[in-house]
Amino acid sequence: MARALITVPRTAKRGEILEIRALVQHPMETGYRRSSEGDLLPRDLIRRFSCRFVESGKTDDTGVIVIAATLHAAIAANPYLSFNLRAATSGTLAFNWEGDNGFSHREQVALIVT
Amino acid sequence: MRKIGVATRVIALAMLGFVSLAVAQSTRQSGFDFMQPATQALQKDDTQNPAMLWVKDGQAIWAQRDGATQKSCADCHGDIKRTRGVAARYPQYSAEAKGVINLSQQINQCRTTHQQAKAWPAEDASLLGVETAIAVESRGQPLAPPAQSQLVDAQKRGEAAFDRRIGQVDLSCRDCHESLAGKRLGGNIIPQGHPTGYPIYRLEWQAVGSLQRRLRNCMTAVRSEPYPYGASELVDLEAYLANRAAGMQLESPGVRP
Amino acid sequence: MKRRIFFANSVGLMASVVVRPVAALTQSDVLTPLVNAYAAGGGVREGRVKFDIAPLVDNGNSVPVEITVDSPMTQAQHVVGIALFNEKNPQNQVAEFTLSPLAGRARVATRIRLALSQQLVAVAKMNDGSCWTHTVEVLVTIASCIEE
Repeated sequence: MARALITVPRTAKRGEILEIRALVQHPMETGYRRSSEGDLLPRDLIRRFSCRFVESGKTDDTGVIVIAATLHAAIAANPYLSFNLRAATSGTLAFNWEGDNGFSHREQVALIVT
Repeated sequence: MRKIGVATRVIALAMLGFVSLAVAQSTRQSGFDFMQPATQALQKDDTQNPAMLWVKDGQAIWAQRDGATQKSCADCHGDIKRTRGVAARYPQYSAEAKGVINLSQQINQCRTTHQQAKAWPAEDASLLGVETAIAVESRGQPLAPPAQSQLVDAQKRGEAAFDRRIGQVDLSCRDCHESLAGKRLGGNIIPQGHPTGYPIYRLEWQAVGSLQRRLRNCMTAVRSEPYPYGASELVDLEAYLANRAAGMQLESPGVRP
Repeated sequence: MKRRIFFANSVGLMASVVVRPVAALTQSDVLTPLVNAYAAGGGVREGRVKFDIAPLVDNGNSVPVEITVDSPMTQAQHVVGIALFNEKNPQNQVAEFTLSPLAGRARVATRIRLALSQQLVAVAKMNDGSCWTHTVEVLVTIASCIEE
């Protein structure tokens, strides 16, 4: 039951630089920790994150990468990422997290640029 | 004249009592005040506070039908916003449970009686989600334990537990969280132990957890056997702590080290 | 008093994490090859990158960091990647980011885990292949109240 919290302004002026925040629920189990019984807890990490911008009226796969990341065990649980976007045209921001054990989570947020 | 003098003295004493009480209250501080700015920043900003993920979970569960009756929380209680103030009044006496219960026990009681669903186990993510989603609606509200004789009894039992030295380390709650509060233990400042932020996102847990989890954690730290989740002894302690912090603002979901 | 000292030492689980960035230091031999491998032949220089890390944090499980790079982020001149490495965690890689001019600003912020006192480095790769670094040293004492 993964949840994500995305913070993006709903509207922006052309040329404005926006701050985007993305928080996702995930334990980021390192694979180096042991349980109280001494068993090694298996690694369970989010490995990849991406945020793509898809112009209004275009299909999803035409999206351009704003930022992409490869994450490792040193990223804190419930990964938080903040980055920027220069508002050019209206469109959709598509967020994607992928990880161990088939973990996958997607979110989409519309952005109106005036 | 003499009579007035006595009366004045009585009033003066009463005022003195009031003043000293006021001083005691003004020196109460949330654990928030003892944290580093970086940790405070996490709590202050909902877009950064990881506990908001649990809130979002709880809000979704609030609207979901469940159990044999296929009712949702919202079917009986309406919009979750209507729970404003509720979290500030727990633990409280429940006639249905015939005892004092905390908010998570109340949620499970609703599940088993009204939804006829299985109670969630302690620290279950869904239970913490609903509890956190309810608690966030009472943010800024003063902790206000209701006036119930059964609750007063629980507070008294809880206070006795607060003062009882336990474990191989032989410390009471009060030894650390009152006598030594504000002093350093290692590099950390010992907080006063007010339950104003629960459920909290604890950096050590890397997740949201309940006040009972924190209390059990303290008991283990002083090398004593912790009471099991849901034990009346833990609820009594919670009741005392809520009364000790009465009037302080609820800040759920708190972030703590 | 003795009992208190015993408590502090024996429980010993309660401590804080002190993160102290130090300017001008010799980069650890662990980090240099990692930086060079990421640079893949592009020249590596110090500067243009700012690695911000809280001077004092309560727990090494979650340490906020922010990396900003001095770049106009235009098609002609932009940052294509930022990598973070640590010296002494079980694994040296922290994260690698790919950026595009769409970002408008060369900045990423996240929260990381730090197991020990160590050096951290942020490397920014420009579209001309050159790489820029900022190395910081952080002091970490034993993480706080461990849950048993």
